Amino acid sequence: MGYMMIDGRKVEFTDERNVLSVIRKAGISLPTLCYHSEVSTFGACRLCTVEDDRGRTFASCSEEPRDGMVIYTNTGKIKKYRKLIVELLLAAHCRDCTTCVKSGECVLQELAHRMGVTNVRFENTREIRPLDTSSPSIVRDPNKCILCGDCVRACEEIQGIGALGFAFRGTEAMVMPAFDKPLAETDCVNCGQCRVYCPTGAISIKTHMDEVWDALADKDTRVVAQIAPAVRVAVGDSFGLTKGRSVMGKIVNVLHRMGFDEVYDTAFSADLTVMEESEEFLERLEQNENLPLLTSCCPAWVKFVHDQYPEFVENISSCRSPQGMFSAVIKEYYRSPKNSGGKKTIVVSVMPCTAKKMEAIRPNSFTRGKQDTDIVITTTELIRMIRNSGIEFETLDPEACDMPFGFSSGGGMIFGVTGGVTEAVLRRMTEGHSKVELDAISECGVRGSEGIKEVTLPYNDTQLNICIVSGLANARTVMERVRNGEASYHLIEVMACRRGCIMGGGQPPRAGDRTKAAREKGLYNADNVTIIKKSDENPLIAPLYDGLLKGKVHQLLHNQES
Amino acid sequence: MSRLSIITQNKAQTTVEELYKDLERRIVASPPGLCPVDLAVSFLKVCHAQTCGKCVPCRVGLGQLQCLMEDVLEGNATLETIDLIEKTARGIYYSADCAIGYEAANMVLKSINGFREDFEEHVLRGRCTCELNQPVPCVALCPAGVDIPGYVALVAEGRYADAVSLIRKDNPMPSVCALICEHPCEARCRRNMIDDAINIRGLKRYAVDHAGDVPLPAPAPKTGKRVAVIGGGPGGISAAYYLALMGHEVTIFEQRKQLGGMLRYGIPNYRLPRTVLDKEIETLLSIGVKVETEVTIGENPNIVDIRNQFHAVYIAIGAHIDKKIGIEGEDADGVISAVELLRSIGDNEVPDFTGKDIVVIGGGNVAMDVARSAVRLGADRVRIVYRRRIPDMTAMPEEVQGAIAEGCEVMELMAPTHIEKDEDGKVAALWAQPQIIGEVRGGRPTPKAADAPKVRLECDTVMVAIGQGIESKSFEAYGIPVKRGVIEALSWSGIKDIPGVFAGGDCVTGPATVIRAIAAGKVAAANIDEYLGYNHKITTDVEIPKIRLDDRPACGRVNMKERDAAERKDDFELIECGMTHEEACQESKRCLRCDHFGFGVFKGGRIDKW
Repeated sequence: MGYMMIDGRKVEFTDERNVLSVIRKAGISLPTLCYHSEVSTFGACRLCTVEDDRGRTFASCSEEPRDGMVIYTNTGKIKKYRKLIVELLLAAHCRDCTTCVKSGECVLQELAHRMGVTNVRFENTREIRPLDTSSPSIVRDPNKCILCGDCVRACEEIQGIGALGFAFRGTEAMVMPAFDKPLAETDCVNCGQCRVYCPTGAISIKTHMDEVWDALADKDTRVVAQIAPAVRVAVGDSFGLTKGRSVMGKIVNVLHRMGFDEVYDTAFSADLTVMEESEEFLERLEQNENLPLLTSCCPAWVKFVHDQYPEFVENISSCRSPQGMFSAVIKEYYRSPKNSGGKKTIVVSVMPCTAKKMEAIRPNSFTRGKQDTDIVITTTELIRMIRNSGIEFETLDPEACDMPFGFSSGGGMIFGVTGGVTEAVLRRMTEGHSKVELDAISECGVRGSEGIKEVTLPYNDTQLNICIVSGLANARTVMERVRNGEASYHLIEVMACRRGCIMGGGQPPRAGDRTKAAREKGLYNADNVTIIKKSDENPLIAPLYDGLLKGKVHQLLHNQES
Repeated sequence: MSRLSIITQNKAQTTVEELYKDLERRIVASPPGLCPVDLAVSFLKVCHAQTCGKCVPCRVGLGQLQCLMEDVLEGNATLETIDLIEKTARGIYYSADCAIGYEAANMVLKSINGFREDFEEHVLRGRCTCELNQPVPCVALCPAGVDIPGYVALVAEGRYADAVSLIRKDNPMPSVCALICEHPCEARCRRNMIDDAINIRGLKRYAVDHAGDVPLPAPAPKTGKRVAVIGGGPGGISAAYYLALMGHEVTIFEQRKQLGGMLRYGIPNYRLPRTVLDKEIETLLSIGVKVETEVTIGENPNIVDIRNQFHAVYIAIGAHIDKKIGIEGEDADGVISAVELLRSIGDNEVPDFTGKDIVVIGGGNVAMDVARSAVRLGADRVRIVYRRRIPDMTAMPEEVQGAIAEGCEVMELMAPTHIEKDEDGKVAALWAQPQIIGEVRGGRPTPKAADAPKVRLECDTVMVAIGQGIESKSFEAYGIPVKRGVIEALSWSGIKDIPGVFAGGDCVTGPATVIRAIAAGKVAAANIDEYLGYNHKITTDVEIPKIRLDDRPACGRVNMKERDAAERKDDFELIECGMTHEEACQESKRCLRCDHFGFGVFKGGRIDKW
């Protein structure tokens, strides 16, 4: 608590953890390449260097605010050094900006522009290194790495995995998995947070846009899209629309225009997930078996349990994820020649998630040995495809999803935010559906952005202990407690990404606190305006169980033994 | 699984540690005359190898600096490159995360500031500004340019008289220097690359101790030119000797009763016995130098009178006035100036300090000299008060150790504030303010007052040894230029716009070393000879032994031994013991003969005459 002078103006500080935060609070966007408030301070890029009244220079990220400090952020000297640093970075960096996957979104590119670097006076000293394309979700291009360590800290501190680390030292220093193993052979869970944190094109999504374009171009192929809940709140701001507002209707429209034959909302299959998972949960409760039940909709979390807590594999819900259920249902529907009209069907799933690309090719998600979800693209790829198409997204009118699967409840919608699955399941398990009863659920502690939330609810004669987790480092904390007997739950919902799918690894990056809150609000609003809140009350569900799913529930909605 | 384990070094690590030591010694042995740009790049490479790779300025910036500086060396640079090096280094200096980065950049900045012309010379003409004319480190670093490898080789062959003759060619006072020279020649001895510097002074002492009487060379025919030398210290005597050798008629004017200057009136007998000094002076004067003692050149006669009576004058008056400390109570009875004390001892007026409790103020060689003399004169207790730390003392470390061994107490980080007097006006105590060592300014850490109360050091005598000044006023009055208290002479000893008047030694440089005074005398002699219209050559017919092709395995350096502290502190006899024959043989054969190997064989290895 105190005051400091920043560029001649008095600025109050309270609990800011460093001078940089105070400077940013004062409305000065001091550049950084290695600072993120969610992970530890590293102090490597030196771009946030400032000067004090005694002419001393220091990195503001690494200095605690002190009362009476006098800071200058834009002296001639500092500006020169800042520009020099960007120039030095560019000297050791691939400069094929125009063809870079990150072009237009790259922080380094933006800073070079901001600093007015029009010429790099230094020799390019980088050595060309091969790309790591082993992962189904992530591509690592060491040539574009600036060693800011953001990915390393995100993987280590937020996800508790540490698949990436610093290797070698000095000029030879590189970020890579241990022993330079291909990413696919590590404990990487494909969550994509490294890619969200990466300021350059060094870690990017493995894209599948060309496959989608090819399918759309094929007259003999029916291309069906399913759009995950979290996607709709992360697209608009890329086209100048309000941050976090759901643009589902526009997305349906644009996909139709691109040539998708049918467009569905994954929230529909989320309703199916709620049905199946609730049932499974009640069964396990009754038999007191394989508790706690671990949710299975997040593939990164599922892989995490397989890799780190194999003794809990049996606790994972056998339900497929909403993506998996929907693709299986669509494929089953078009298996009938009457429905297919002789066309081949391709399911494209639009996800906020890079791990979904891995889930789609995970053999136990296949039906009859065949891959159900043909192509997974992320929100980021969707935005690029829209830009590529030239369609003026912002001007589009909303359209509704297609039939026969085009309706979903609010419960399915909130799957995209941490606590959403639990909330939807609790709605299902509650008898009534009045506002009072539903509000009681949403206010019981399932909502909120905390990484670990505990909820205790009476159910029949017992108390249900539920834990809601986002971020795998938090998940590790919870699992350790469970393993050591320090905690006991009936249900643990885990989303690998902090705050849930709205902050997934496939979402447009560089989302600050306001964006995060807006995306969360956007999804809850989408739920608010839905008439039917409870998955079991979705009018399309019962006919589906009576029809297409009859006798095939396990085959289509649950993971297969692999 | 173990939580902790004991850290042991593997072979690679221990080897690297060894290499660090090798490199340290190698840097010590770095010969003069290297290309500073090339060195700066090499240092930068070492610095860059230390980078951890975290922060951008250090990881990328140092590498880029290296590229740019290599461009300069390879002739691929322009003058703008130098600016870019400077700007980049400054950027790194102000933004790197840790000292590995910012201090490396600082070294580059220092290089650019220190020898920008060299960078420019490489860019513009693809070469160094420095000349490759000093390939023998010891010779190059001896102010008098004594042929050190030559006489070390002569010692190895047992030709001690030849060794003395060879030394006298450049330094007429081998016996004095054998005992008290500060031996700058040893600083960059190439032998450091293998183990340790040759004990050059020790070998010189062995030569003079075993040479017997070595006759002086015959002087040149008389020229009839008369030269006055003002001041009979080592510089004046050296100039006088060489000028006499050249055939000129030299008169030394000495203010005190005897010749020798600081050698007699500054250095105690236990470091330089009077017998040795007297003999050396006597030998040199025997060539035919007139001496007039107890003549002060000031008002009458003044420098103008002298100039008029002689064809040339060499002013070598040294630095003999004591500096006052300027604290309250300095006028107390019992406050003694170190310079005055040593002066009276020099003239055998020896005070008695029996039972005295003495505090010496200062940290130079003179402070050690008076402290150790006071011990010998019966003092009960001698404390040396110094405002910095012991390693910051300007005194030679062996002098400090010697003083401590003889029972002097050193109180470091104590700044005297005032002297307390008793009713009779006698010294009662010295008050001092404890200091804390602080910021480095001008390359030296400076002390400042510590947050601690003043201390009272009860004593009855305070000796002030905080440096000497030069009695330059009477020369200034008669037109000799004086700047900041020292006589302003040119690098060739002449004085601007005053033909025929030369000056050198402490009175020009401020208090320095005997070898620098001797070197100044040598330079003055050569240029006075030239001024008088001659070109006499000083040379010798001593033949230097051929080199030996022995193996030179690493071998420790023979250090000088001293008499036991307990025994020596009661007398004024010479402290230092000479080498044994065995030691001198081994030590002299450690010499790597840089006068032959390397560039020494080609040019610059030996200057036969001057």
